[in-house]
Amino acid sequence: MPVMNMIQALNSGMDVLLERDEDVVAFGEDAGYFGGVFKTTDGLQAKYGADRVFDTPINEAAIAAMAIGMAARGLKPIAEIQFADYIFPAIDQIVSEMSRIRYRSAGQFTSGCVVRTPWGGGIRGGQTHSMSPEAFFTHVPGVQVVVPSNPYDAKGLLIASLESGDPVIFFEPKRIYNGPFDGVPDKPLSSWAKHPKGEVPDGHYTVPLGKADIVREGEACTVVTYGTLVHVAEAAAEASGIDAEIIDLRTLVPYDIETIAKSVNKTGRVVVAHEAPRTSGFGAELAAQIQEECFYALEAPVFRLTGWDTPYPHAHEWAYFPTRDRFARAMKTVTEAA
Amino acid sequence: MSNGETRFRVPAPPFRPGEEPDFSHLKLPKAGEAKRPDPTVEGRETQDLALGLVGVLDHNHQAVGEWDPKVSADVLREGLKHMVLTRIYDERMLKLQRQGKMSFYMKSKGEEAVAVAAAMALRDDDMIFPSYRQQGMLFARGRDIVDMMCHCISNSRDNLKGRQLPVHYTWAEGNFFTISGNLGTQFPQAVGYAMACAYKGEDRIAASWIGDGTTAEGDFHGALTLASTYRAPTILNVVNNQWAISSYQGIALGDAPTFASKGLGYCLASIRVDGNDFLAVYAATQWAAERARAGHGTTLLELFTYRADAHSTSDEPSKYRPKTEGEVWPLGDPIERLKQHLIGLGEWDQARHEQLEEEMTQLVVKSYKEAESHGTLHEGPLAPTQTIFEDVYAEQDWRLKRQRQDLGV
Ligand SMILES: Cc1ncc(C[n+]2csc(CCOP(=O)(O)OP(=O)(O)O)c2C)c(N)n1
Ligand SMILES: [Mg+2]
Repeated sequence: MPVMNMIQALNSGMDVLLERDEDVVAFGEDAGYFGGVFKTTDGLQAKYGADRVFDTPINEAAIAAMAIGMAARGLKPIAEIQFADYIFPAIDQIVSEMSRIRYRSAGQFTSGCVVRTPWGGGIRGGQTHSMSPEAFFTHVPGVQVVVPSNPYDAKGLLIASLESGDPVIFFEPKRIYNGPFDGVPDKPLSSWAKHPKGEVPDGHYTVPLGKADIVREGEACTVVTYGTLVHVAEAAAEASGIDAEIIDLRTLVPYDIETIAKSVNKTGRVVVAHEAPRTSGFGAELAAQIQEECFYALEAPVFRLTGWDTPYPHAHEWAYFPTRDRFARAMKTVTEAA
Repeated sequence: MSNGETRFRVPAPPFRPGEEPDFSHLKLPKAGEAKRPDPTVEGRETQDLALGLVGVLDHNHQAVGEWDPKVSADVLREGLKHMVLTRIYDERMLKLQRQGKMSFYMKSKGEEAVAVAAAMALRDDDMIFPSYRQQGMLFARGRDIVDMMCHCISNSRDNLKGRQLPVHYTWAEGNFFTISGNLGTQFPQAVGYAMACAYKGEDRIAASWIGDGTTAEGDFHGALTLASTYRAPTILNVVNNQWAISSYQGIALGDAPTFASKGLGYCLASIRVDGNDFLAVYAATQWAAERARAGHGTTLLELFTYRADAHSTSDEPSKYRPKTEGEVWPLGDPIERLKQHLIGLGEWDQARHEQLEEEMTQLVVKSYKEAESHGTLHEGPLAPTQTIFEDVYAEQDWRLKRQRQDLGV
């Protein structure tokens, strides 16, 4: 099976979708001829033509709105927002429009599309190339929110997202585009070639939305996370010797409560983790739901390991980012709580 | 120019890599042709200026026409010095970025006149809301170079405490607003600032700069709407350097003839200016400032120029435009043109120019040594770690205090 990094896997996913269905189009700032600033749409304009894969003017609101209009006429748009930090100009079109077209028209119109966007920190990108704005969107009924953590899932989830027929905000952890990251700052990049999920089939397949993945089985505690931090959690379990069960959520809306509850009922101890700030982060939703479902099984308070309630810093990135060592301390705290 | 057979028009640049660039299709008016109306003219009467091109330096490097600002040789030499310094500074910082001394860098090569001439034509108390490519303004306003470098290498003397990416300067003392990485946001903010100056009875004005690509953002249109409605004392500048990363200017321009012409719909005074002509940028800025200060509102200036280097250190322009495109750009190089003009006036010569370059190089090298003595991004010292919790609010609430404790700093 071919080995791909996440960029190649996403490119392959779009290639499959464009190939199979003439109604699929892909667009974004620099996404056409150049193939995107991360090269995710590389080669697709040359292959499918400039009215199927094209550059847009720099206007994120218009990009989202164009996707809505195209979807209303039966196209299946894949829109790229160059960085998740730049999705905010589009928020009205996503929150007030894209999310509600099906509902407010009682199903007469739909707005199925994928809004892909590079997401998260760990690349010394400063406050405007590092954000994790998923919680803004998990709060919006009508959009699904997906965050893959490896090449295999990225492709399968991308295909499933577009085929779902409803809008999906698809966050791509850019720190792990080219290889997994163990949360130890400034270590040389490792490669997807050595990771089992770096093997990606060429053709069509899906990874279902709403299904989490247990990436490590364990007994001592449960870790619920997504994106880059899945790999950091694995590294922390290894480094600390704590037998954590690590759940990669993959889909945030709708999230897989069954898998989470089953694990928490087994371990009784939980760390929920994300890079985004703590207050009203997605971890707050997870913690609340876990205590509703598993209150009597819990043996320690749910631990939220998150970024701080500050903008994302530049020079002190590693004081903000939940590193491997902070992760290990969080696991230790929940496992040692009486 | 289009992308072959497509079902809707998708504009494409005139040349891609592998093609021979040739700008003879650009029918640019000659220097000296444009009329200079009184700065109190009705905005809608500036159509010729919006569709034309204000230029002063002709192909023989002589100042011609009504727009010649007739500034002294001392002012011209000062402008030349700031532009040379800007270029040498950019060159050096790029090298240092390649050596890992900073996380990121953006040069302004080819666009030095846009920044330096505008800053010199404005008053030092006029407020500027720049984009990330007007570092020349800082030199023109006399910012300490060591301070600029300390920001770029995020060290303990960085006045932004390491919070911002390099080149995203802030300098309140120099009336230089805090640069945002989010495109276009500063444009309507500048109008608000200008309205506040009017409210306070000051005769200061505000000026802002965005790129050609950024005119597509809603904030561009928001700014023009506010400016037109409130007649704010503002100068709104579009730096058309032909490229927005890999997208050529036609992706934002659409069927409009020029970016300046977009101001006409709002009845703003709108002028396209040769951005590689120091004298033209100086004259147009002076005109717009006079208009704003006299209560006649905002001018939209398009500075027609060329991004002579990569977008940033994350970019590789040979992937989307011919390598030689900049060399055949018909409006030349801003530093070379001002230099030749001064030589023609008998106010400059090659030996003095080389001496200037040498002095500026020494200044930059010496300044960097000093900057590095205050630390670097990777080796430190940085601002103290607990500063990441400061300035989120005026006072830290319990959450930030607790989080700081959790981090153990
Ligand atoms: C809101 C927003 N969208 C996208 C970006 C990513 N981005 C950074 S610079 C740039 C191109 C800007 O081009 P232009 O306005 O022409 O300015 P130039 O870089 O040429 O000076 C893009 C798309 C951003 N910074 N902010
Ligand atoms: Mg530009």
